[in-house]
Parts: sequence; structure tokens; C-alpha cells
Amino acid sequence: METVHLAGFLDFKSIYDFFDGFLPEGLDWLAFALAGGSLAFLVINTVVMATALNTWFERRAIGRFQARLGPNRWGPFGLLQPIADILKLITKEDIIPEDADRPVFTVAPIVLLVPVLLVVAVVPFGEDSFLGRLNVGLLFIVGVTSLGAIAIFMGGWASRNKYAMLGAMRGVAMLVSYEVPMALAMTGVVLVSGSLALFDIVQAQNVPFLLVQPLGFLVFLAAASAEMSRTPFDQIEAESELGSGYHTEYSSIKFAIFQLAEFMAPVVTAIIVTTLFLSGTRGFSPVPGQFWFVGKVVAVVFLMLWFRATWPRLRVDQIMGFAWKGLFALAILNLFLVAVEVQWLQDSDGDLSTDAMWLMAGINWAVTVVSVVVLANVLGQRRIQRREPVPSPLANMDAEAD
Amino acid sequence: MPIKTEPVTINLGPQHPSTHGVFRMRVTFDGEVVIDVEPVVGYLHRGTEKLAESRSYVQIVTLTDRLDYVASMSNNLAYVRAVEKLAGIEVPERAMYLRVISAELQRIASHLVATGFLLNDLGALATPLMYCFRERERILDLFEMLCGARITVSYMRPGGLLQDAPEEFWPALDAVLDDLPGYIDDLEGLITGNEIVLARTRNVGLLSAEQAIDASVSGPILRASSVLWDLRKADPYEVYDRLDFNVPIGATGDVFDRYLVRIQETRESVEIVKQCVKDIPDGPIKADLPFILRAPVGDAYSAIEAPKGELGFYLVSDGGISPYRCKIRAPSFINLSALRDMVVGGKMADLVVTLGSLDIVLGEVDR
Repeated sequence: METVHLAGFLDFKSIYDFFDGFLPEGLDWLAFALAGGSLAFLVINTVVMATALNTWFERRAIGRFQARLGPNRWGPFGLLQPIADILKLITKEDIIPEDADRPVFTVAPIVLLVPVLLVVAVVPFGEDSFLGRLNVGLLFIVGVTSLGAIAIFMGGWASRNKYAMLGAMRGVAMLVSYEVPMALAMTGVVLVSGSLALFDIVQAQNVPFLLVQPLGFLVFLAAASAEMSRTPFDQIEAESELGSGYHTEYSSIKFAIFQLAEFMAPVVTAIIVTTLFLSGTRGFSPVPGQFWFVGKVVAVVFLMLWFRATWPRLRVDQIMGFAWKGLFALAILNLFLVAVEVQWLQDSDGDLSTDAMWLMAGINWAVTVVSVVVLANVLGQRRIQRREPVPSPLANMDAEAD
Repeated sequence: MPIKTEPVTINLGPQHPSTHGVFRMRVTFDGEVVIDVEPVVGYLHRGTEKLAESRSYVQIVTLTDRLDYVASMSNNLAYVRAVEKLAGIEVPERAMYLRVISAELQRIASHLVATGFLLNDLGALATPLMYCFRERERILDLFEMLCGARITVSYMRPGGLLQDAPEEFWPALDAVLDDLPGYIDDLEGLITGNEIVLARTRNVGLLSAEQAIDASVSGPILRASSVLWDLRKADPYEVYDRLDFNVPIGATGDVFDRYLVRIQETRESVEIVKQCVKDIPDGPIKADLPFILRAPVGDAYSAIEAPKGELGFYLVSDGGISPYRCKIRAPSFINLSALRDMVVGGKMADLVVTLGSLDIVLGEVDR
């Protein structure tokens, strides 16, 4: 696969050169700051706009799933609906409960939003990412996304609301549990690519890792759905049980920021999935890599939307059971399998050839199918036979008629 | 240092997305486990029974619409049957068939709502709910043809019906009956085999046959607890003795069985309506009655198998133009009395799902 990228007018280097060009000598640091600032402004706004678009897309698509229209009043196809939503939210009264822990209550939405945005910094949209080729990119992602659990607990705790507290406690337990299989699934990717830098991971995907390690992909997708608290793992909010969980007491702009972070999570997760498992910006020329990237992200977002529209929610103990009995076992199996295969197939330089990857793909798909079927039979419900209904002898209208 | 824990008491409702109206539960949790539930009802009390004492017998029909507002036809039927029993009125054949048709259509609509909201309580983001409502909509359209209203129908009158079904009603009904089995198959395809639904509903909210009878639970909830009891067969009214249908029962009495019983009942209802459409005779649709109905001194109790269970009206007459006393046996309210047995010891999420499987309508609970 050959990769084409749009000419580098949006990478850090070219913006730096642009500023450096008309600034006097000795002001390199200013050019550096200006370039960083403008690129950060650009990236953050792009992500926020993409999120706004995602809210529209999600509501329209779910409308179609549910045999209805979805928002279609504002702008063509309802495209301005997110703006109307934001305007409505920020003009509302910003209520802070009297008993709330004010500083924590105020900071919580920001703490939730910032890590989600930070993840985008290391993702290679083209040949380079905002932070450059950060050589511990994957570790950065794992570390930064863990902050979400703290933010949710802050929100729930500071609200002094029992619903919020219940949601937050459930949420933290769940987020902490699902980080383990998620990190293990990422480790499989690192083993094959031999690098923690996201750009190198993309470069190593001569065969997309979705094909090379489907088990890792499935585990990652499930764990990531839980990490962003979406059906079937939406324990944190659990609308039908808790009202709306940790942000029950939030209103106005703070609520808007929570919602922003929440709708940004699928986009960012899709970006990570695309980078780790769907070969990121790589595709077939002449279509530029950025287009491939966006297309793959939209496909992953739609897939997760599909889960959300179809499935009910698991119970909190079932979710924990699924993480530790199901996903954890699968992730360990995947890691073990990939490790053995890499040790067996790598050449003297420690690299994997494309043929070796295809061989791995063949083995791993077989193992995936078998292990998922086995797991479904061990943990699943279908093996439990339904009893035949027998009329109770206590009261029986047919018996009385005789 | 040992960790000290203490139970937490939470008010679920009256404003809560899963209490199906303005129902309130004072729930005590030990972590996620429910250790006590105290239902608090009365937020939607409108004094229907008292109001009935100052309305004429025909006017009360409009009050019954507002009891179980997702099954108004059944409420109408239960009430007018009580009046007919009290006053000794003979109802024409055609009216009886039309009453059964509308009551069974109402049963389908009500069970669709119950199933949809159960799935909503399971957290399924309204997709099954929307599918259920799409199908219910067509039944409501049929009701609109019959009487001009969709929810508060007031279609039945003591002694018969408001009016005969219009010409275009019958082809429309046939079309709905042809489509409904396919609709229900779709719905079952989405729900019945779903792993998460099974995990969430099996052996949840268990109610044994004994407990169910002790709490005088009725309707699909009683039948899901494997008690074969259906007033349509046990004490046939209208033309049910001439119709051929099965009464589905459940095996264990859990939430999943309640869902299955409701789905199977909708299939049976389709068959019942088909038979009625085939057999319905021509003739008058209303008995010849004076404009102002006066019932002789006495009392009467009449009950039907409403979608939610045994819906009974007890009327006492002092010979005047309105009943001296009207007592409603509301199935939702009585089924609710078994809630505590089902949920204590379960998780919080189970409580919500069990309440959803009871299919209460607050208009009927609080009256």
C-alpha cells in the first residue's frame, strides 16, 4: 500500500517556518510558541467541530435506526442543531447546589474534557502529529485517558447528590476495570509494531492490525465502549436507573462541557481505533491519507453508534464479570498468542515481513472464532435451557372446568 | 480498621425516568443491593371513584378512559359490562363482537407499550420502544376510525357502542392484522434471543405462583408465574366462549417470562380478532334504552381480563341516575403490591427492570 499525504502545510514544521520567516533573528522561541499556539487552536477547534458534527450525525442516524427523522429543523438536514443546542445550554442558569463542593464541582467538567483533547495531540493525522513523533505515544494515551475516572468521581462527589454519587462510584469501578483489558489489547499492537509511537505503529501496518489480531481489536473495542460509557456499558449515566448519573446536578455551560466530552469520546476512540487497528492514514493512492483517515473514523463511529442503538444495558455486576472473566481472559490469550508468533516469525533484525503478518492473521482469526465461541458458551445465557411451562396446581381454570 | 458501611435511602420518583409516571419508591440500598422498598402512591389521584357518584351512567364512560390510559377500550368494556349487569341490559350481537375486536386490539397496543418500556428500562435507548410505538400507532388509527379519538376513546356505551364501524374500517383492520404477526416477529428477532436481554431478565424479579396468588396478582404477571388463569376462559364474557384461543403461561415467573407471555398474548389476540372479523353478524349496535339510564336498586360486580389483569367495577345503585358508589379493582395497583417480594435482595438495576415488567399505569394505580 502506497501512502499519499496532502502537502505538509498543516504540520508543525511548516507553521514554525512560516512564523520564523518574518520574525527577527533571536526570536525563535516566539515563533515556536506562536506555531504551537496556532496549531493547538486549530486542532482543538477541529476536534470540537467534529464533535458538534458527531452529535448531529449520532442523533440523525439513531433517528433512522428508530424509524423516525431526528433533528431536521435548523439548517439543511438539521445541521445547525448542535449550535442551537449549545446556545440553549449556555443561556440557562448555571446552578451550583448549596451543599456542593464548589471548586471541585466547577473543575470536574474541565478535568473530563482536557484529557480527551490531549489524546488528539499525539495522533498522526498525516505524516506527523501535533506533538511530533512522541516516542511513548501509546503510554501517553493510556495515562491521559485514565484521568476521566477522576473527573467523573469529582463530579459525582462534589454534587452531593445520591444519584450522582451512585453513578460515579459505579463508573469509577467500571473504568478502572476496563482499563486493564484495554491496555493489554494495546500491548498486542506494540508487540507486532515494535514501537510505542503512534506513527511507527501506523507504518508497521502493512497488513491492518484488525486482520492481524482480531481478538485484540474486539477486546479493545469493547473496553473502549466501556471507557466512554456507552451502551451496553453506560453504567455511569444509566438513564433509566439513575436519572443521569454523575452530571445530575450540572446545568448550563458545565453540563454542555460534560456533553461535549461525552460526544467527543466516540470520535477520539474512533481515532485511536483507526490508528491502532485500521492502519491510520494509510490507504490506496491517489486518495490522500487524511481522507482515508476520516473515512475510517466515520466507519468506526457508525459501528459504535450501531451498538448503542441496538443493545440494552448490562447490569453493574455483569459488566464487572464481563471485564474480568471475559475480556481479561481474551486479552491475555491475545497477548500470549501474539508474543509467541512474533518470537517465532520475526527475522534477524526483529522485523516482521508482510507474509509473516498474513500468516499471523490466519492463525489469529481461527483462534478468535474458537475462543469467542467457547467464551460465549461458558459465560453466555443460551446454554441455560428454558424450562417448559407447567401450569401450577394452585389455581387452574382448565382443571376446575373438568 | 474495619470499613464501616451503612445503608442508603434513595427516593426513586416521583420524578424519575423509570417509574412510568409519578410513582415513588423509597428504596433502601446496601451498596447496590436493595434491602427495602416502600412504594408511595397517590401523586396522580384524581378521585375518579368519587367523581363517578355525581355523573350519569353514560358520562362515567369518559372517566374510565383516564384510568389506564394506554388501554381505554378495556376500561370502557369493564365499566359498561358492570352497568349492563346492574341494570339487566341485553347487548346486541354485533356490538359484542365489535367490543371484543376493539378490546383485543387494545390488548395488543397495551402489550406493545409494556414491551417497549420494559426494553427502555433495560437501557436500550428507545429503539425497541420506537418500533413498538410504530405498530401501536396503526391500532390507534383504527380507533380513530371507530370513534374519532385515539387515546381517550369513550367508544362503548351501556347497552352497546357509540356508533357502528365505518366501511373503510374493515379493510384497514385486515391490513393491520396481516402486518402484525410480521411486526411481532421483527420485535422478537430484536429482543428475544438477545444475550444482554437474557442476562438482564432471566431469574430476575422472581414471583412464585404461591406468592402471586397470595398477593392476588392477575393478568400476564400471574400467568408468567405459571398460573393458568384468564378470565376470558375462566369466566367468559361477551363472545369469548365462541372463540378459539390459547392462554400462554410462563415457566419461572421472572421478567423474561412476563415479556414472553405478553408477546405470545399479542399473537393470540391477532387470532381472536381474525375470528371475530369472520363471524361478526349484521344488526343493531345499541340496545334500545331510555336517554337517561336509571339502574334498579342493587349492586353488581363485573370484571374483565384487561391487558394488565383483572379489571373490575363494583357499582351500587340507589335507583338514581348515577351510581351510589363505584369501586374500581385496578389490576396495576394490586399487581404493584407484589413488588416488594420481587425486588428485595436484587440489584438496583433489577428493581427498575422488575417495575418495568409489572407494566403499571399510574392513572390506574392512583385513580
